Amino acid sequence: MAIPAPALRAETAHRPSAFARFLDSDLFASFRRSKLAMAAFAATLLLFAVAVLAPWISAQNPYDPAQLDLINANLPPIWEAEGQAPFWLGTDDQGRDVLSAVFYGMRLSLVVGVLGVLVSSSIGITLGLIAGYAGGMVDTAIMRIADVQLTFPAILIALIVDGVAKAALGGHLDTDATLALIVVAIGLSFWVQYARTVRGSVMVEKNKDYVQAGRLIGLSAPVILVRHILPNVTGPVFVIATINLALAIITEATLSFLGTGLPETMPSLGTLIRTGNRFLFSGEWWIVAFPGLALAGLVLAINLLGDWLRDALNPKLQ
Amino acid sequence: MTDPVLSVRDLRVEFVTRRGVLTAIDGVSFDIARGEVLGVVGESGAGKSVTGAAVIGLIDPPGRIAGGEIRLGGERIDALPPERMRRVRGKRIGMIFQDPLTSLNPLYRVGRQIEETIRTHTDLSARAARQRAIDLLAEVGIPAPERRIDGFPHEFSGGMRQRVVIALALAAEPELIIADEPTTALDVSVQAQIIALLKRLGRDHGTAVMLITHDMGVIAEAADRVAVMYAGRIAEIGPVRAVVGEPLHPYAQGLMGAIPTLAHDADRLAQIPGAMPRLSAIPPGCAFNPRCPKVFARCRVDRPEPLAVGSHRVACHLYDASGKAAA
Amino acid sequence: MLAFILRRALQSVGVMLAVGLIAFAMFRFAGDPVNQLVAPDTPYAERLQIRESLGLDDPVLVQFARYAGNAVRGQFGNSYQFRQPVSTLLGERMPATLELALCATLFALSFGILMGVYSALHRDSVFAKVLQAVSLIGVSLPTFLIGILLIFLFSVTLGWLPSYGRGDTVRLGFWTTGFLTESGLRALILPSITLGLFQMTLIMRLVRAEMLEVLRTDYIRFARARGLTTRAIHFGHALKNTLVPVITVAGLQLGSIIAFSIITETVFQWPGMGLLFVQAVQNVDVPIMAAYLLLVALIFVSINLAVDLLYTVVDPRLRAVRRPA
Repeated sequence: MAIPAPALRAETAHRPSAFARFLDSDLFASFRRSKLAMAAFAATLLLFAVAVLAPWISAQNPYDPAQLDLINANLPPIWEAEGQAPFWLGTDDQGRDVLSAVFYGMRLSLVVGVLGVLVSSSIGITLGLIAGYAGGMVDTAIMRIADVQLTFPAILIALIVDGVAKAALGGHLDTDATLALIVVAIGLSFWVQYARTVRGSVMVEKNKDYVQAGRLIGLSAPVILVRHILPNVTGPVFVIATINLALAIITEATLSFLGTGLPETMPSLGTLIRTGNRFLFSGEWWIVAFPGLALAGLVLAINLLGDWLRDALNPKLQ
Repeated sequence: MTDPVLSVRDLRVEFVTRRGVLTAIDGVSFDIARGEVLGVVGESGAGKSVTGAAVIGLIDPPGRIAGGEIRLGGERIDALPPERMRRVRGKRIGMIFQDPLTSLNPLYRVGRQIEETIRTHTDLSARAARQRAIDLLAEVGIPAPERRIDGFPHEFSGGMRQRVVIALALAAEPELIIADEPTTALDVSVQAQIIALLKRLGRDHGTAVMLITHDMGVIAEAADRVAVMYAGRIAEIGPVRAVVGEPLHPYAQGLMGAIPTLAHDADRLAQIPGAMPRLSAIPPGCAFNPRCPKVFARCRVDRPEPLAVGSHRVACHLYDASGKAAA
Repeated sequence: MLAFILRRALQSVGVMLAVGLIAFAMFRFAGDPVNQLVAPDTPYAERLQIRESLGLDDPVLVQFARYAGNAVRGQFGNSYQFRQPVSTLLGERMPATLELALCATLFALSFGILMGVYSALHRDSVFAKVLQAVSLIGVSLPTFLIGILLIFLFSVTLGWLPSYGRGDTVRLGFWTTGFLTESGLRALILPSITLGLFQMTLIMRLVRAEMLEVLRTDYIRFARARGLTTRAIHFGHALKNTLVPVITVAGLQLGSIIAFSIITETVFQWPGMGLLFVQAVQNVDVPIMAAYLLLVALIFVSINLAVDLLYTVVDPRLRAVRRPA
């Protein structure tokens, strides 16, 4: 019963490196077997690379009005008769290069998505740990809020958070504040699943001997939670986070498409689709088609990866 | 004796898996005559239920009947096209499963389920089918059947539900009933009633009954003849008195020794050491040889064929005169 | 049984109170309501007077009680943008949203169940695998992209169907309907598909999983042993048992369909409540936002209750608990 806490972690010292262990794991073996997972992973990696490298591989900076020239407005993609280099995928009515806009937009979508996931997972994990460990009234209160929130679609909650914040902060915000606001809105929309999962594992783990032992030797609750319980839930949390990333990207794109997200001066993929949508009828299909394709590809790749992760980490679900 | 109702010869059932072909039933042969109850016993996994499923044509992929023949009233039924086999099921062979709680569709009234079976196999009118359903419920001993017919399954107790299941199996007056562990899920007090009912119905209607169970007590009480299965093969088959009273196969001897009786103390209950091999690891020769107290060299090489010894047929080298000579 | 329904009803009231509190907080604290009502150059004394006449100086609880009381009577204040009662604005737009949601639900249910049953019964067929793959893509594509794609195909390229609005509507008392004119019906097609597609894929996956589960049960095996026809087994027994749990999910999906119509209505410029709400968020029109939130919550809660009741009608095991044995 009274095992000293350091002994619990002693065996880590002579283990092979984390990477060697990963190559040896079931997870990696299942990855090697699934061609779809490998393709999805490659696609995700490629799109992340494009997003990170956007400033260096784009023909222009689409956020810089000085670089736009109306002479180049509404050019079709390069393979059509009037297409011109370097505007491989054509330009919009401002003379903005569609390919550059897609690169930068993807960068923004991913930034918002990743930040949104970080915020929602932090909120969710914290509340889940507290609810599971504290139990009683605190648990009931947190989980009731979660239940109520779960009945409403995330996009509605994000829209309301967005609208309320704008009302409270007084109308017009600059782009950085808007970006932060969207991240918070996404964070508040998606915390529930993390909280539920983490709470469940905490309830299981907290009665195990090693946690009781930690209590006996006087470790404080936060230390026990973070050092001993949290590592046990990383698997499921990681799966949720992957699927959540796709949802966060969709949510940001939807907010921007509805005109309550990122502004046209700093367009994300959703904003590009919103503006491009206007040109569908005049025949300039490329302004909306390529941002749409990029968004669909990004979300699909991440979803496939998430699906595979879920199946691979949860053999009993198959 | 007239032709048997059911005649199974050299039945072989295989399951195709990723790791290769597993043989679940290997060379099983038996007959059941009109009005006769054949008990099939063995440990779980011995192939009793698979044999029953093969007879009624409910072996699902990846399983398949890989050899032998099954005759019902002289007609081969093991290779019938699906639609014709469907018409045999329920009409000529009735089946009773282990768990009456899950055998009935919870969302439909029991009457509807019985009438549906009757009307599938006969051309009775809706009204006649309902009357027949009430008669059936009365016959299997459900009190106030004209009222209970409109009940839902969850409104019946376990024993009553098994009676409903039996009524369903009887609905089209089948020649053969396969009862797969019909009493296992029931209270001990109800078990005897259900067994008595099955026995009576078999006798009254002249139905052949294949009674699958792991409970030797049930066999001793209800069966006319008994087949002891082990690892997908029949070890011994014969009249119930003979096999229970004087088993010949060492496995059957072990199994009979495992019946607690009033005369013996529970402490002295004989146990067969070891466990039945998995299908993927059946040893060569006699499948029982690793556990057999009387094993000798030939058992590990040669697979024993069934031999007639008195009223028994037993698959054991101990009773093979030529083999004994060799040993 | 009665206790169960009562408990659920109480829970629903609790949820409505919680949402009401949020709506009230938005209404009262997000921006100064006085600012929205008066011209910027109104003198301070007059502002104070308006504050008092609006009751903004009363204790918060009193204000909440007043807000709740008004809300129950359908009074949500005036819209900042339109200078009209919010209830009138929402009332005018509700038929458009409800008709769209109804069509989308019918589409999602009928195709979702059909495709789900097909892919459960023909699990290994090529078409079932195609359906599975398409459903994954369907879940991945944002709703507005699907709408744009449909508009591009059927309105811009083929010119078969209208790309925006409700078409011609007929007024029946307070209700305007698009069901009675050809152009109204044609205008419903693309938005209904857009709105229902996501739910359709969900229902399809659910029906497939549920039906595969049911097909493995003992009573299906027993039904086969009784020699019932494949048809009777699949559509008489398995389907009914599959649909019991599907009801819950489908009912809850109807609620999300109404909320999700925000996006579809924006894509198709559909004159419903969702479009009104998006415009309210863009223009920080808090009374409309608060009222919409309450209305959607009410719809969700009612649907949840209705689903619970429906469940007991469909499943005799639950019904039986009600009458004492």
